Amino acid sequence: MNTEIIGVVGMFIVTLLLAIPLGKYITNIYLRKKSILDFLFNPIEKFMFRISGIDPNKEMNWKQNLTALLTINFVWFFVCMFILMNQGWLPLNPDGNPSMPPDLAFNTAISFLVNCNLQHYSGESGLTYFSQIAGVMFLQFVTAGTGMAACAVVFNAMKERQTESLGNFYNYFLRSCTRILLPISVITAVILIFSGTPMTFEGKDTIISMQGDTVQVSRGPVAAMVAIKQTGTNGGGFFGANSAHPLENPTYLSNMVENILIILIPIAMVFALGYYLNKRKLSWMIFGVMTIGFLLLLVPTIIQEMKGNSAITVMGIDQHLGSMEGKEIRFGSAASAYWGITTTVTSNGSVNAMHDSFTPLSGAFTMLGMMVNSLYGGVGVGFLNFYIFIILAVFISGLMVGRTPELFGKKVEAREVKIAAIIAILHPLLILAGTALASHYAANDTQMGWWFNGNAKGWLNNPSYHGFSEMLYEFTSSAANNGSGFEGLGDNNPFWNISTGVVLLLSRYLPIIGPVTIAGLLANKKYIPESAGTLKTDTVTFGIMTFAVIIIIAALSFFPALALGPLAEYFSMG
Amino acid sequence: MKHKKSSLFSKELASVAFKQSFVKLNPKDLIHNPVMFTVEISTTVMLVESMHQLLVSGISHSFIYNSTIFLILLLTLLFANFAEAIAEARGKAQAESLRKTREETPAKILTDNGTLKIISSSELRKGDIFYCEAGDIIPTDGEIIEGLATIDESAITGESAPVIREAGGDKSSVTGGTKVLSDQIKVVVTTQPGESFLDKMIALVEGASRQKTPNEIALTILLAAFTLIFIIVCVTLKPFADYANTPITIAAFISLFVCLIPTTIGGLLSAIGIAGMDRALRANVITKSGKAVETAGDIDVLLLDKTGTITIGNRKATNFYPSKVIDMNEFIKNSVLSSLADETPEGKSIVELAGADIVKYLSIEGASLIKFTAETRTSGVILKDGTNIRKGAKDAIKKITEAAGNIFPNDTDEQVKVISSKGGTSLVVMKNEIVQGVIELQDIIKPGISERFDRLRKMGVKTVMVTGDNPLTAKFIAEKAGVDDYIAEARPEDKMNYIKKEQLSGKLVAMMGDGTNDAPALAQADVGVAMNSGTQAAKEAGNMVDLDNDPTKLIEIVEIGKQLLMTRGTLTTFSIANDVAKYFAIVPALFIASIPALQGLNIMRLHSPESAILSAVIFNAIIIPVLIPLALRGVAYKPIGAEAILRRNLLIYGLGGIIVPFIGIKLLDLVVALFI
Repeated sequence: MNTEIIGVVGMFIVTLLLAIPLGKYITNIYLRKKSILDFLFNPIEKFMFRISGIDPNKEMNWKQNLTALLTINFVWFFVCMFILMNQGWLPLNPDGNPSMPPDLAFNTAISFLVNCNLQHYSGESGLTYFSQIAGVMFLQFVTAGTGMAACAVVFNAMKERQTESLGNFYNYFLRSCTRILLPISVITAVILIFSGTPMTFEGKDTIISMQGDTVQVSRGPVAAMVAIKQTGTNGGGFFGANSAHPLENPTYLSNMVENILIILIPIAMVFALGYYLNKRKLSWMIFGVMTIGFLLLLVPTIIQEMKGNSAITVMGIDQHLGSMEGKEIRFGSAASAYWGITTTVTSNGSVNAMHDSFTPLSGAFTMLGMMVNSLYGGVGVGFLNFYIFIILAVFISGLMVGRTPELFGKKVEAREVKIAAIIAILHPLLILAGTALASHYAANDTQMGWWFNGNAKGWLNNPSYHGFSEMLYEFTSSAANNGSGFEGLGDNNPFWNISTGVVLLLSRYLPIIGPVTIAGLLANKKYIPESAGTLKTDTVTFGIMTFAVIIIIAALSFFPALALGPLAEYFSMG
Repeated sequence: MKHKKSSLFSKELASVAFKQSFVKLNPKDLIHNPVMFTVEISTTVMLVESMHQLLVSGISHSFIYNSTIFLILLLTLLFANFAEAIAEARGKAQAESLRKTREETPAKILTDNGTLKIISSSELRKGDIFYCEAGDIIPTDGEIIEGLATIDESAITGESAPVIREAGGDKSSVTGGTKVLSDQIKVVVTTQPGESFLDKMIALVEGASRQKTPNEIALTILLAAFTLIFIIVCVTLKPFADYANTPITIAAFISLFVCLIPTTIGGLLSAIGIAGMDRALRANVITKSGKAVETAGDIDVLLLDKTGTITIGNRKATNFYPSKVIDMNEFIKNSVLSSLADETPEGKSIVELAGADIVKYLSIEGASLIKFTAETRTSGVILKDGTNIRKGAKDAIKKITEAAGNIFPNDTDEQVKVISSKGGTSLVVMKNEIVQGVIELQDIIKPGISERFDRLRKMGVKTVMVTGDNPLTAKFIAEKAGVDDYIAEARPEDKMNYIKKEQLSGKLVAMMGDGTNDAPALAQADVGVAMNSGTQAAKEAGNMVDLDNDPTKLIEIVEIGKQLLMTRGTLTTFSIANDVAKYFAIVPALFIASIPALQGLNIMRLHSPESAILSAVIFNAIIIPVLIPLALRGVAYKPIGAEAILRRNLLIYGLGGIIVPFIGIKLLDLVVALFI
């Protein structure tokens, strides 16, 4: 077998082997069982709760948990806005980078706040080290922690009992940050430093290239940031080129480590659910559905990229390495394709290759990954998205077996279906409506005034179908809180900064509020013990049902849009 | 139980429904069904567009094409309306046939001055008192306050054997339209005209007071959500197409939209609900709300009375066990003597068991009879020679014998225990205060009942037997009949407590009852089925009335409820699964003209964009009438466990829902291609 393929398969197997014990560990953290790191974190957490005046043992209901989540997020937004707009005079700015203009600061603050990390700037010149650490990196930790804490609240609500109290958000949140994200990030950062990633507060270095030119090389506290960016499905790179940059991702080994981290916690959360509820089989069902969806996207993408681009073959260029436009030679086409799919099915969004240069079908598959947004998904929030599909699947299949639908002994009724339906509609709505708006202006080449310097067609670097794909990708990436881009698009302007910013906000908080609310409502209902007539959710049949719901609701609604973008491009290439 | 087989649509029903299909086009009615309402809007748009084409270009190709699509959409609406109308018509016809039994009949009422006056039954008001004697038709529903009569209820139940109804007790209700065969009764009217259960049922079917059940509401929300997603998909397609320079016609937009929204289930949804109540009515069960039928499908626990449901009527004598010093023949002779005058079923069965050979030599002429009283708890005879023969429960006999200074023999005592452990009841016989032996009475379990319980168990329903027997007997019968649990020595409040206990743990409980003392429990149960012969109080308390007075009817009701939900679920799945094929038919058709490369998506190789769109819309329309029979009959329920049912239905309606339209649209395209 091809070594490139072995590398990819190896990465997936290692991820799975790490995810299962990590899932068990995560469960122990949320159930507050004893763990080996207690000696270190108990005093730290105690201290933090003391100074913030929070009682971590206070049980909160779903509304209180959500209020806590939203309040704390609200505060972070203003802190981050302030830092970005004032970074020019704040400390740790050896390269003398300027403060951000308000629309870009808005987009950047929102984008990192919602764990998306869409970057309409380039890290080398757009941010100072202080912004990178206190603004960006801080948010990369806490937003990942927020998603995991919301997920923990839902786990708690899924227990088989009737209750109002669903644990304490602050406690889940802090424990997620200190005991899960921090240790993984530290280990990763050390590996990265040994691979050659810089970790310094010094400004640009000057080197003389092999041609004898003097080159300014940006550096900074890179290793620390790359670690959490990969771990917390953040994806916002230190440098503009993200993990394609040789200092952000120097070797094939660092590439493997970074790529494993993209899907590690999202998969571990699925196993954590099984340990938490003591329903191991359920975890495997969910993991199975997610993995089948993942493979359906991954396998054709790897094949497409390794086969090479037919348009380039026509030019008489050798493509035995696969389609290498926009890819790093140290990773190769298979590992780049693998990264491309893993980063889009989760809401990570870091890249080690140019997605704009992927062959058209691969482009379609990366978009599909974000359109479904729950094949592993973001840390914590991936499961929350999947939970919505479970609710819908439970409802339809409950009817099919002749019983009012139940999920884990709780009746799923009109109210829950309504919320689930709204959340399920939201994703296609934001993506399609956003793209429709942009397409409308582009189609008429509208004069955009303050919103964009020039006519609307000006933001497209590619004509025709590919240009459409770029716009579609941008909104898909925003709505999926992904953050990667088809980088051909001219996106640093008020129109794109604000429109995607709004999409980011809606698509982050509503899909957290929805599942938590449903779980809270269900937890408050009377628990009905299982009987022979109860539909079990941990079976292959129910898995197929869930998969079908995902395909039909999430994937097929984008079929016409994909047909006009990547599919038209693919078929036109002949 | 009898199933009335009737063809799905008779000619008259179809013609009524046909007219109703047009009446129901009224947007005021359709707005309650969001899916079909959007179809109606789409149809109107197509009508306007067709007219526009006519004005612009006359009878041109584009006019014909647009107006064809308009007509197909109109048909889609009519088909959906027809489904609802035919379900209503069937239910109404069924209810009418019951109502016919209570046409105008003369009623003899008691006037203030004490004389009898004959008025029409329609003039009877609640509280009026009327008389009926042999040969009279009972004018309306009521409760006997005086007298006893044999009544022929075949007009309602179809059962020809006459039944006895008498004042007081639990069998005091009479139903309008039934005929008194013997004796005379005095009856008080219990309902206002037009407010009987049957009237309520008819109103439910007719839709005037039909309310959506919670489950139907949830499903409507889900379908509305699907509709909304496809509105988004279709509206945003316009700027996308503008950008790609691929103009899309209004007809294509509307067709894509109508095909994608779940019209199949949207069109059949209310028909399914009505058909559910109709099926209940066909089983001779009157439901007071659609919700009750739906809840029946969710039942976890079924409370069943032992007598009449699990066992046949009453206990029968099966064995004579004389005490060791008594001769067998002597014992049998005494047993028969004590029972000859006994009119209870138990007494009769003792005589039967002894056999004619013994009985014909015995006589109780001149003997005085001692009836069973609560005080003595024994019955028997004092023969004219003064011999006192009594029979009764062990405790009662033991008390009397010991009071007379005699001992209760050990072997009889042992035998009583043995009989109990076998689920039997003992009747101890004594002669002149000396114990003679014991008669064993056994319950006869209905044939086939344990299979039915097995079926229920597979559905996930727990069966509970309610009996006045002692725990030992109850346990034996429970095991033999295959029920999961039993309540022994049950008093009315025990039923109530059991129901409350189960409900507290989240279970839904169904029970059947007839007596006034059942009323609280019937009201407490999630599904309470009152027997039509039961008291008015019981009927008011329950949410269903069984006209057949058949205690096993509950099992059927549970299945009807499950069928109702299943039909909704499977048709929803089918409807949504159809979208896959429709996408592949229409999406390429939208773009091929401008982007020929997208021919690659036309995996069905449909003839042309126009034929593809027409075929998809036609398929979308005709699938509704094709599925009407299924919606009315309901999806077959098989008790094979939830997992297996889901697998089966997913295979048939899910996978089938994906494959069938591919084939259907392709075939339609072959035909349509001949015309364009």
